[in-house]
Amino acid sequence: MSKSNFTRRGVIKTGAVAGAGLAVPQYLRADGHAGFTNAPGDSEVVLGFNVPQSGPYADEGADELRAYELAVEHLNGGGDGGMLQTFSSKALDGTGILGREVKYVTGDTQTKSDAARASARSMIEKDGAIMITGGSSSGVAVAVQALCQEAGIMFMAGLTHSNDTTGKDRKANGFRHFFNSYMTGAALAPVLAAQYGTDRKAYHLTADYNWGYTTEEAIRASTEAMGWETVNSVKTPLTQTDFSSYIAPVLNSGADVLVLNHYGGNMINSLTNAVQFGLRDAQANGKNFEIVVPLYSELMARGAGANIAGILGSQNWDWKIENQLGAKYAGTNAFVQSFGTKYGFPPSQAAHTTYVQTLLYADAVQRAGSFAPCAVVEALEGFEFDGMGNGPTLYRADDHQCFKDVLVVRGKENPENEFDLVEIVEVTPVDQVTYAPDHPQMGGADASLGECNNGA
Amino acid sequence: MTDQTTQTPVSTPARAKPAKGGFLGLTSNDSTLLMIIFGLLIFAPFILNPFPEGSAMAQFNAGYPDLMQRFVIFGIFAIGFNILFGLTGYLSFGHAAFLGVGSYAAIWSMKLVTLNVIPAIIMAIIVAGAFSWVVGKISLRRSGIYFSILTLAFAQMSYALAYSVLTPITGGETGLQIKNTDNPLFGSLNPGEIGRANFFGLEMGNSYMLEIGNWVFTFNLGYYIAAVAMLVAFYLSIRIFRSPFGIMLRAVKSNQQRMNYTGLEPKRYTLWAFVISGMFAGLAGGLMVAMDTQVGPERMFWTASGEVVIMTILGGAGTLMGPVLGAGFIKYLENIVSKINKDILHQWFAFLPDGFEDLMVTLVYPFVGKGWHLTMGILFMLVVIFLPGGLVEGGKRIAGLFTRKKTADKES
Repeated sequence: MSKSNFTRRGVIKTGAVAGAGLAVPQYLRADGHAGFTNAPGDSEVVLGFNVPQSGPYADEGADELRAYELAVEHLNGGGDGGMLQTFSSKALDGTGILGREVKYVTGDTQTKSDAARASARSMIEKDGAIMITGGSSSGVAVAVQALCQEAGIMFMAGLTHSNDTTGKDRKANGFRHFFNSYMTGAALAPVLAAQYGTDRKAYHLTADYNWGYTTEEAIRASTEAMGWETVNSVKTPLTQTDFSSYIAPVLNSGADVLVLNHYGGNMINSLTNAVQFGLRDAQANGKNFEIVVPLYSELMARGAGANIAGILGSQNWDWKIENQLGAKYAGTNAFVQSFGTKYGFPPSQAAHTTYVQTLLYADAVQRAGSFAPCAVVEALEGFEFDGMGNGPTLYRADDHQCFKDVLVVRGKENPENEFDLVEIVEVTPVDQVTYAPDHPQMGGADASLGECNNGA
Repeated sequence: MTDQTTQTPVSTPARAKPAKGGFLGLTSNDSTLLMIIFGLLIFAPFILNPFPEGSAMAQFNAGYPDLMQRFVIFGIFAIGFNILFGLTGYLSFGHAAFLGVGSYAAIWSMKLVTLNVIPAIIMAIIVAGAFSWVVGKISLRRSGIYFSILTLAFAQMSYALAYSVLTPITGGETGLQIKNTDNPLFGSLNPGEIGRANFFGLEMGNSYMLEIGNWVFTFNLGYYIAAVAMLVAFYLSIRIFRSPFGIMLRAVKSNQQRMNYTGLEPKRYTLWAFVISGMFAGLAGGLMVAMDTQVGPERMFWTASGEVVIMTILGGAGTLMGPVLGAGFIKYLENIVSKINKDILHQWFAFLPDGFEDLMVTLVYPFVGKGWHLTMGILFMLVVIFLPGGLVEGGKRIAGLFTRKKTADKES
């Protein structure tokens, strides 16, 4: 073996030569002059779809991805155009965005903030994505939104229901179409009062994490405002799968309503346990015992099966809404039609919100005439639109939250198929779910969007 | 004690006399190794970006800042883990907790004291070291599987605390970030401005793009800071491996009872190994925050602890290079292979007739994209079954094919 001796002098010499060699051909990249991060070329633009493909929300992620692919198809002029036909803004013409063909990259958030940020950063740094969208959990949405703010990229939130996304953690570069915990509370409370009376005693089981807290807070505030009493509230670990020990004390607590601030697998298990314990048939304080699930999703309804029959909850959107409630919710049928044609089943609310977000972004760019985030933010702020399935909607400038009607739904007693599990009880008009931008539940006066960021 | 679980060959015992006056007190073999690492770290932006921009192979490029930082950070994490597991054979299943604690310490340092990354990283190391001392003091009362379970329990406890009970300190599920309301003690931020991590004024995100033909190489400041940390960590690891302390740790692995009978107290050495590896984890955690100013509790989840075990075993436990290789391997799979979706597969096999194309896509799809876990599992199984010494052993075997004679000479 040849013998090599490292001496301090030798190392320094080699280092200096290597350094000099490196320093010779350096010059800066040209697109730094466009004034914002990842300025697209003349022929195509890349969007980043960052959804959970593994982990507890993988099914929702898969549905979101289907919707994204459909949106890209429609933006590029393929398919039947979907909601582009009904959208009130006619800026998009099926030739991509600002004449550039839309391409996309996908990533797996694994429903973990770290993985989601890694995936988003690789989209930004490697694939040159100009906008990131997706997320099926509020923790992920908040984390990725902050990353996009820092990098100077637009973030269009997908399925995230916690108040914080557009509350205390709101960011100038981030926008949310989905509704939130506060709206759920405000929409549900009047319906609960009408259905179950105003002198009820509620018992809360709350998933022990951020979304659980904000949802419980919202429901408590709005039900107590109309006369309900909160008997007790118990936090359950997120990893809990058997809720029997939490359900057992409920009947003897003097409560006559059980509110399950749970989502996903948690909700399926806790609801199943509650029904098995006979809570649905029980009597308390001379009234029928009732169960409420604040946030409904098609997927959870499917998981919980017959147990959801007769249980009230809220939704952002439902694929039957235009058929049942008329042309105010135009766009729904157009979307369901093209989604159904492509995939063979109706879309979930997760698919709807991500599809709409993609179109809204594309439309804002088109109207602004620029991909620069600050221009897009300006185009989206205070934007009023219609024909996207939710009726007239406002993207409020103060917190980048969409304001629209909220659906209150009930599990069907005798569902005909696995896609038609809930019935629409009532639609709470937008005025009733609107709140002040500095509402205490939304971070109070401290919460601010900050400055929009164009990046480098 | 752990002989049945870890049959890794103990790498060459330390030479009786380290060559005197060698470079930084290393033998020539070791300094060669350090120089190889040094070279790899410096030229990583070139090595990891072999394919020109815009070509079909460009998606296999890994030379973008985020992934390069991750390679290095998880390399440090695995090096630290290997000091405990590779030398003493104590399998800690809760190492992610120290990474997480380090991260939280670092972000609080940035929120409250200064946005400079150096104090943040030092804080991370100190706090993680202190926490690992407490955990080690308790867990090391037992060995073998009981030790593993104890550390796992501690890690899961930390995770649960961070996720919910300690929400005011940890930010709960949404974690902690630097906000525009944060105003660190030392620093001059305009009101409403969101602070960014910096190194004496230079921001971590600063990058230098070098274009040569169709190739674009990115030199990122954050990456090079992490690379310096990696170099120091690797050097320390060599020194520990070759020190009398390292020999004691190996003695713990090979026969703890005999050590007891000779009047040595193993626990003193294992506790120090535990604390040192906890501090390495803290360093990794601090660097993660320095590169990307955000912490979430799932950083401490047990799967994250399992990941570092897999990295170390995949690369080769008890070897110097192994953990680094393993970390790089897994992070590459996680970040590159997981992004191959069906569309990309269709492009690859577009040259085949339609039926074949669909068949190939159906066959390959389960192993890429979200199926990258499956690919990793299969690789891990293959390595454990056929290469018990990890990738390093694989490398040695290949090298052995070409230099059969020399190795034979050495062994005699």
